[in-house]
Amino acid sequence: MTNQHDGPNRRKVLECMTWAGTGVLWTISGGVPHSLGLLGEARAAEAKGLTFLQISDSHMGFDKPANPNAKGTLEEAIGQIKTIPIKPAFMIHTGDITHLSKESEFDDAEQIIAQAKLDVHYVPGEHDIIDPDIKFYKDRYGRGTKGSGYYSFDANGVHFMGLVNVANLKGGGMGSLGAEQLEWIEDDLKGRSASQPIVVFAHIPLWTVYPQWGWGTDDSAQALAYLKRFGSVTVLNGHIHQVMQKVEGNVTFHTALSTAFPQPAPGTAPSAGPMKVPADKLRTMLGTANVTFKQGEQRVAIIDTPLQS
Amino acid sequence: MTKKTMLTIVRSMLAGMAFAALAVTASAQIANLGVTIDNFTFSPNQIMVKSGETVTWTNKDDIPHTVTSTDNVFRSKALDTDDKFSFTFTTPGTYKYFCSLHPRMTGTIVVEASSTK
Repeated sequence: MTNQHDGPNRRKVLECMTWAGTGVLWTISGGVPHSLGLLGEARAAEAKGLTFLQISDSHMGFDKPANPNAKGTLEEAIGQIKTIPIKPAFMIHTGDITHLSKESEFDDAEQIIAQAKLDVHYVPGEHDIIDPDIKFYKDRYGRGTKGSGYYSFDANGVHFMGLVNVANLKGGGMGSLGAEQLEWIEDDLKGRSASQPIVVFAHIPLWTVYPQWGWGTDDSAQALAYLKRFGSVTVLNGHIHQVMQKVEGNVTFHTALSTAFPQPAPGTAPSAGPMKVPADKLRTMLGTANVTFKQGEQRVAIIDTPLQS
Repeated sequence: MTKKTMLTIVRSMLAGMAFAALAVTASAQIANLGVTIDNFTFSPNQIMVKSGETVTWTNKDDIPHTVTSTDNVFRSKALDTDDKFSFTFTTPGTYKYFCSLHPRMTGTIVVEASSTK
């Protein structure tokens, strides 16, 4: 599958999903992960429950050798989303919408992402809040949010919390939620039934993936302590431009692919910078994620779909 | 090898070393005023300058970085690839800084009092 402006056809997408499914299609039931295995099963779940999409790390404005056309690959990702047979309820974007927080970069992102014709819930990445007053991000996506841009909402009985762990970072540290946001998280969860599924999404991973590269959040343990009593917690992040997942008790952590450029696996390169791969491999390392809840069963299936399988 | 020849060799070696030492001092003074950002690292990580001197940071990464003083003394904009940021240190002291986008990246500038008054 090469660069197609009209997006891949449906058959191609299903092939990609099947391929991705061999590695990352899975479910949890009572905290025990098991492979869902069959695409048919995932699609049956879609029909009854809630399906939403995760898109991440679009980096509008990035034009370096790792991908000279990040705008083009975002267009391809949205083209692919448009061909999904069952329309997702909405989309979340886990940050780094832009590369340098420029107004023109936000404009490009909005224009392309709008073509999916889905509501999009954003959280910022560190690349989105570079301008001194964080004006562009706040003007577009900050309405109705608290503090540095965090908020929550409910959909189909699932409680969603969009968190910000890229603001006011301290020298020597990693990602940070901050005392004010932690207090809000505790408050926001108060009185909720432990059986309500919770989805938390933020840019930097909320578990420590690789501290040497700052791939973690210093005060995430406090947030996770507030989530401990819930039977189904799904934590979705971006930032590291590769799929990584972990299950800890009732909490499942998952990071999404970028649509812009891949980054190296932890410790496999001198730094976390953009990874240049052969041109014919690039689209196998970029993509989006599809998250499905089967209601009443506290289980979630996450399918990572690369732009090219 | 005669004793005289050996002496000559030792002499020329010493002269060479002295010259090399001078060259190192001179280049160190120039290099001291520049910090390169490469592979998510400030290099050199710690430098000493005299008060009144200007330090220039250059970003060689494909990812933007900032130079942000821990005590809010200086703060660059986001530096894209090959962008530079300069700051003139006028007060002796130890200045710690980091990248506000990737805070694991840290560095230190030690400013000594200028010897010429």
